[in-house]
Amino acid sequence: MSSRRIFARPARFAAIAPYVWMLLFFLVPFGFVLKISLSQTAIAQPPYEPVFDLMAGWEALKAAFAALSIDNFRLIASDDIYVFAYVRSLTVAVTATALLLVIGYPIAYGMARLPKRWQAVAMVLVIVPFWTSFLIRIYAWINILQHDGLLNQILLALHLVSQPVVWLSTDTAMYIGIVYSYLPFMILPLYATLAKMEPVLEEAASDLGAPPWQVFWLVTFPLSLPGVGAGVLLCFIPIVGEFVIPDLLAGSNSLMIGQTLWLEFFTNKDWPVASAAAIVLLVLLLVPLLLYERLQKRQLEQGR
Amino acid sequence: MRKVSRLSRFNIASLALGLAFLYLPILILVIYSFNASRLVTVWGGWSLRWYHEFFNDRAMIEAAWMSLRVAVSSATIATLLGTLAAVTLSRGERFRGRTLFSGMLYAPLVMPEVITGLSLLLLFVALNAERGFWTVTIAHTTLTMCFVAVVVQSRLGSLDRSLEEAAMDLGCNPVRAFVAVTLPLIAPAIVAGWMLAFTLSLDDLVIASFTTGPGSATLPIRIYSEVRLGVKPEINAICTLVIALIAVVIVIASLASKLSSSQGESAAPL
Repeated sequence: MSSRRIFARPARFAAIAPYVWMLLFFLVPFGFVLKISLSQTAIAQPPYEPVFDLMAGWEALKAAFAALSIDNFRLIASDDIYVFAYVRSLTVAVTATALLLVIGYPIAYGMARLPKRWQAVAMVLVIVPFWTSFLIRIYAWINILQHDGLLNQILLALHLVSQPVVWLSTDTAMYIGIVYSYLPFMILPLYATLAKMEPVLEEAASDLGAPPWQVFWLVTFPLSLPGVGAGVLLCFIPIVGEFVIPDLLAGSNSLMIGQTLWLEFFTNKDWPVASAAAIVLLVLLLVPLLLYERLQKRQLEQGR
Repeated sequence: MRKVSRLSRFNIASLALGLAFLYLPILILVIYSFNASRLVTVWGGWSLRWYHEFFNDRAMIEAAWMSLRVAVSSATIATLLGTLAAVTLSRGERFRGRTLFSGMLYAPLVMPEVITGLSLLLLFVALNAERGFWTVTIAHTTLTMCFVAVVVQSRLGSLDRSLEEAAMDLGCNPVRAFVAVTLPLIAPAIVAGWMLAFTLSLDDLVIASFTTGPGSATLPIRIYSEVRLGVKPEINAICTLVIALIAVVIVIASLASKLSSSQGESAAPL
């Protein structure tokens, strides 16, 4: 008897449940997005055509297939609004991820240098904000950044500015919000690799005469690259599609793709174009998504 | 003994600044929620006025109730499915479609919410499902299941396989060995996974906006539409209540994982 074979037949049946769930509610829906992205907007319920009706017979089905077109993708490729939105999303994501790395690295490094007992405490302290509501944390910043908010009051009291500064509805506010929300996602994978690193390696380098910046650049940083990769992907991918933060903190003159998709869907009720925008976004993220997938799997299966 | 830590002043400063950055905004929000003044910027003394206002706001209360129900049901289903998925992936034999399965399982972790939300809505429309409590619950289950699976799987990975094998050598069948030996050992991770799923569901705005129907707004949807109109002190009070609720959840989760810390590495709640 093979002792590896954990699942008897009833248990195997139970194991299929999550598989079926993900197929039905994660993979299949993408098929619908794809199909509707090839459809036309219609004033109807649901607001697109053709609608596939399996009961209508073969001829009707063939007609429905023939009615599919790539017009929505042509529209997206030729409309400046979309092109700008995609470019802006990528620019914001690259900038924010770079900021996160620069800000998160010293924090993670500091954590890894703490005595073991304090490391656990610091880790909990970094994780806790991740548990508190995302929306609430953005709202907390609106409190601080608004026209007569705390930040302006402090700046005025210190006579650093003579007039209240406009913070809200600027890119600065948006970057603050993004960095604030995603910081734990950057710190934790960085900390995980930095904590595993042998401090003797750095000591050896400095004993051999390397100045601190060289120790960091030639020893510490290269060794922490797996953590850097995980942190960067974990932040970059969702930021590209971010909706709430730019919507509440940035100005409305240049939109990110998540916002245009939302607008197209909820305000213009143009489901086909929104679906096409989602497909393009997905294709843009395919490479980082696959990279992340591999990383995640390797990490989780190391313990096997 | 080897020098384990060499804290420099730079390390301490960056840690302190980083933690201050993470916590000050939330602290300020909590303090302002007790501000008697209507103006967010003027301190009018301590007061519970805005909490009172919230408890008289029917629409808000209804949204909060809806959110709680969705969070509890979706977290429960997600914990069940997520645990099964984690066990399948780390204990089951290799099966056909395993790569696809783990791919599907981990993708929602980083998938932009607008995409997940839109695709689920289109599915519900195609199925002609009535949108409301159940559609949001299904959507949140799909989202949070992968978080549960990750938490449970990392715990399973750090377990000693020989315990299970010993139970089987002593005559347990595999299912019995799992229930009697493995399940108690991963229970803290399962609890932590439930808590995480609960808070994520309570928090979600984007996916809920796509998948809910008219008349069944969740708390984040209500908060969002109020916030768009400007800062209202009542929102500070609601946010403080949500933070308090989540704090309770975290304390329970950390107690649960403490229970297991004697058995080696404790399960990280992420």
